[in-house]
Amino acid sequence: MTVVPLDQLWVYLSGHPLLSLLVTLLAFALAVRINRALGGTPLVHPVTLSIAMLIGFLLLVDMDYAAYFEGAQFIHFLLGPATVALAIPLYDHRERIRRLLGPLLLACVVGIVTAVGSTLGLALALGAQPETLLTLAPRSVTSPIAMGIAEQIGGIPSLAAGLVLLTGSIGCALGPGIFRLLRIRDPAVQGFALGLSAHGFGTAHAFARIGAMAGAFSGLAMGLTGLLTAFLLPLLVRLFGLG
Amino acid sequence: MPLIMGMSVLLACQFAGELLARGLAMPVPGPVLGMVILLVGLVIRGRVPDSLRLTAEGLLRYLTLLFVPAGVGLMVHARLIGMDLVAILVTLVVSTALTLAVTAWVLDRLRRRMPGDHVP
Repeated sequence: MTVVPLDQLWVYLSGHPLLSLLVTLLAFALAVRINRALGGTPLVHPVTLSIAMLIGFLLLVDMDYAAYFEGAQFIHFLLGPATVALAIPLYDHRERIRRLLGPLLLACVVGIVTAVGSTLGLALALGAQPETLLTLAPRSVTSPIAMGIAEQIGGIPSLAAGLVLLTGSIGCALGPGIFRLLRIRDPAVQGFALGLSAHGFGTAHAFARIGAMAGAFSGLAMGLTGLLTAFLLPLLVRLFGLG
Repeated sequence: MPLIMGMSVLLACQFAGELLARGLAMPVPGPVLGMVILLVGLVIRGRVPDSLRLTAEGLLRYLTLLFVPAGVGLMVHARLIGMDLVAILVTLVVSTALTLAVTAWVLDRLRRRMPGDHVP
């Protein structure tokens, strides 16, 4: 029996989707364990933790993102059908959504104006580059929509997608504290606010931590925000004199 | 078989959504339109088939995991983020907190005024 040298084995493994797929699942499982051991704190979100661990791993073994994504794309692909699946909790809670349709639409418009207005105002005041500014502007909508809008108003699409995820993890960390401070206990309201400000990440969090009702309203907020922002943002950017 | 049937329905709706988004050059992603299509279908049918519910709930339970591969992509932009790091971080944290608070507060106020909505 001949034993293949370790470096040759590594060349095979690192070029194979199997490795990054397995590493992604293991990192996530480990992150969930660590989060649970820390008492389920929202400050160390399992997703943020697994992303940090995976970036560390890739830097350590000197694997580039494109090679990693070869394997991880199988997980990434499921985002599409999972988004479609949001129709089921929406259907389950259709009565309450129909009853609250007016307030939901109004809260959505107010939320979008707050998100875009405070983002552009703060970034301008802190002296960010114009390109960064326009990339930051659409960060409150789900990644694929954000990329399209960033391109339309003159930002960097792929960075916009990254900032959307960063926003999502920040939103999940801040959410519970803010809800406690404002004494908001209705899971539907919590879910809607999370979906609007932290999009898909917030929706996932709402499902995992608050429940199906919060998840349904979060998914609704995410879809609604995406649709409305696509129309509102170009107008707001012009209002700030950037367009 | 239920998982196969459920997944087929989800993928078919996503497919129809992508076709619609690309065909009409809409700025909305295909899966979001697919969600609308499925919702309309469910309202017409009047109930959720068991196979579809099983698949959908399985996917939604692990929704957080599905964001990990895209998130690792942040490493590609480390240098760009580094240039404006303070501005980006302060803006994201303050603005996200503000958005969460304003949205939740407005919706909570409006909801309390609705007759017949008595969830605490």
